[in-house]
Amino acid sequence: MFKIDPDRTDLALEFKRKPYGRHSPDLQAVLSVMRGLPIEGKHLLVTTKPQEEWVLARMTGSPVRPELVPEHVFTDIREAEWLVFKLRWKLLTGRDLDVD
Amino acid sequence: MSIERNEKAAPVSRPQIMGYTDRLSVRPGASIGFKVSCHGATQYRGSIVRLLAPAAGKAAPPMRVEPVETGVTGTYPGRVQEIAIGSWGFVPAEGLLDTAQGLTLQAMIWPSLPGRGRQAILGTWSEATRGGFGLELDETGALRLQAGDGAGRTIALSTGTPLIRRTWYRIAAHFDRASGEVTLSQEPIELHGFVAQDRVTVRQRLDFTPRGGAPGVSFAAWPIADGLPGRAAPFRTACHFNGKIDRPRLASRTLGETELEQFGALDVPVALADAVVGAWDFALDMTTEAIRDRGPRGLDGQFFNMPTRAATGHNWDGSEMDWKQAPAQYGAVHFHDDDLHDCGWDTDFTLTVPADLGSGVYAALLEAEGASFQVPFYVRPPQGERRSPVAYLAATATYAVYANLKARLTTDIWEVSQGKLLVMDDIDQLLFDHPLGLSCYDRHSDGSGVAYVSRLRPHTHTRTTGRLWNFTADLFIIDWLERIGLGYDLITDEDLHAEGAAALQGYQVVVTGSHPEYYTTEMLDGLEAWLNDGGRLMYMGGNGFYWRVSHHPTAPGVYEVRRAEDGLRAWDAEPGEYYHSTTGEYGGLWRRQNRAPNRLTGVGFIAQGFDASSYYRRRPESRDPRAAFIFEGVESTLFGNYGIMGDGAAGMEIDCADPKLGTPAHALVLASSEEHSNVYELVNEEITISHNANGPLHNPAIRADMTFFETGSGGAVFTTGSIAYAGALCIDGFDNDAARIATNVLRRFADPKPFVLPDDAE
Repeated sequence: MFKIDPDRTDLALEFKRKPYGRHSPDLQAVLSVMRGLPIEGKHLLVTTKPQEEWVLARMTGSPVRPELVPEHVFTDIREAEWLVFKLRWKLLTGRDLDVD
Repeated sequence: MSIERNEKAAPVSRPQIMGYTDRLSVRPGASIGFKVSCHGATQYRGSIVRLLAPAAGKAAPPMRVEPVETGVTGTYPGRVQEIAIGSWGFVPAEGLLDTAQGLTLQAMIWPSLPGRGRQAILGTWSEATRGGFGLELDETGALRLQAGDGAGRTIALSTGTPLIRRTWYRIAAHFDRASGEVTLSQEPIELHGFVAQDRVTVRQRLDFTPRGGAPGVSFAAWPIADGLPGRAAPFRTACHFNGKIDRPRLASRTLGETELEQFGALDVPVALADAVVGAWDFALDMTTEAIRDRGPRGLDGQFFNMPTRAATGHNWDGSEMDWKQAPAQYGAVHFHDDDLHDCGWDTDFTLTVPADLGSGVYAALLEAEGASFQVPFYVRPPQGERRSPVAYLAATATYAVYANLKARLTTDIWEVSQGKLLVMDDIDQLLFDHPLGLSCYDRHSDGSGVAYVSRLRPHTHTRTTGRLWNFTADLFIIDWLERIGLGYDLITDEDLHAEGAAALQGYQVVVTGSHPEYYTTEMLDGLEAWLNDGGRLMYMGGNGFYWRVSHHPTAPGVYEVRRAEDGLRAWDAEPGEYYHSTTGEYGGLWRRQNRAPNRLTGVGFIAQGFDASSYYRRRPESRDPRAAFIFEGVESTLFGNYGIMGDGAAGMEIDCADPKLGTPAHALVLASSEEHSNVYELVNEEITISHNANGPLHNPAIRADMTFFETGSGGAVFTTGSIAYAGALCIDGFDNDAARIATNVLRRFADPKPFVLPDDAE
């Protein structure tokens, strides 16, 4: 199975620049792993203002239910994508993603 | 011994409110009832609103929800209305269940979740009285006989051997009055494969006569209390079974081995006639909710909450795929603990639609201490009146099929297919807090697909807020229509289904929503007939006219989908279960049934992706004089590189032209999208040999095609080929090329001047 190379921070920067749309094949491979993580423990967003404000949440339990992570509120959904990307990077590589 | 209740309403920490209507489509003067359940608040406010534009963020015009003054505006007492979920069946037989000479129970079963709590199969056992007798699966998944006299004496005899999931068994229990012995047996009877189990038989003496159970025979659940007032089901139930039951039988004496074999025959032998209490054949009256008895007493009954019929039975040998041709092999019903039909709630208030209410999309707005919920309904023009040359066709069949889609928030892979984070809100949360049933995009708790959906329950997705999809995204088109000045009359899928072409008669143009995916035969026939009579169709979306759906013939508001054989499927129908139970029609893609959407509209579904949308590039055909009216005022070669849904007009789900599938030879492909994101992969019905070049980097078929063609009867068809197009209309105050093109087409299509086929049309 594909493993994320923690040294490929260039892919992280590519995602940060453009979270949606056409990606390089290498970034797509990373995203397929990240987005395909099991639903239990998966991060998601809960809308607090339709299409304008979201709070981070995580699916927990069995069957799963959303649990808010209220310290993370976003008014730009791309910032939420970036935060979750970094959390997943740490989870999957064991390393903090130290790029901006 | 635990009782598995299936009414899973969770305690809520803040008020919640929800509701549904008794009908969807109404004309002025008609009445429509609203049924409401209010949690955590003593009262709520109800009012009527008109829905004109979705909540779509700062780049879009503001949400438009306009109050409508009617007599129903007011404050109502809040009350919780319960939902009894889980399918089952009951045959009333009070006084006919004499066990003086003993008894025998038998059935073929195919358990799909053995080991998940107690699961009732067949019998008169009542959890309320702890009397009667019944077969169930115990907590380990082994067969167990429950018997009691209703006066405190009970036994629970288990085989001790858990049944294997998705395996056919013959199960039986008999009570020999003379010897006082009960015998319980389970035996695998799979036609093929290898089952590492033998027949298991256990015996025990019984020192009482079973009696005092329910006043009839239950299938797949045990009664626990009297039914809720006003509900169809006579009892509240628990211990719901997941799996199939085939040929359940009940006899009034113990039967020997040979007799037991005979008892499982479709027609019970004459020699056993004296002993038969019930010999139920679940293949009879297949299209209905009825349970029919082949036995001499005619003990008929009813199913509740729509278990799946037209299911293959224990003897299905694959020689016939159509239940109508071999009903004896389709005697099984597949029960689920999460089936739900009609909530059966009491009506809170009734609106008589005012005579002056314009045709359009409306809702009852329910508000309770910070919680709110929209219950939509649709107002047609008065009978016999048309107030515009334009008819907007609200995709209510598609809305119903998507209702209460939970899999998008509970499955591992959904985010991969979306290419973006999962998003939900307070109203989606209702799906986690209340047993609201599922959509035809979900799987049941046993993993089987959800074949039926009902509108007689709250739907969480038909509102101005939430995911920009389906009903919500279609409000972009409503908002656009409102601004053109031609007006529009609204007609629903249910109207088209019921009335056929007559529902559209007199209109110059029909405008669809962004995703009219599900069509009944009657809808397709009606639309096609109207087009052949000179109608003009604006197909304003993507992935339309894709799946067959059908209506239940005796339960209004219930739809059926069988995800047969092919197509981009949220689940796949079990082998042999491709034919609809409600109509007998073959399920699946219209493309598989000589009615590919390309034949009707010029385009058909080719790819989906939800992270980003793209733009269109005009093709040389757009300069054809036939298309001049479409591009009037459009200067640029590229257009649609803007929009609310993925920042482009081409995206979400996209369609392309394909002559092989029936795109008319004279159709003009005016513009095509390009540069779609990696998420857009070819639909699987296009893939015959798997390989790794099915994405937009390699496959030129992945594009939205804007098309136009004349029909030969003075009519014409225009398509955008993209769901996201709806979200581009409103950009820059509706002053953009995507909107300009749509408006040009609408104005010309509304003009009765006939379209003429080009000279070279084949």
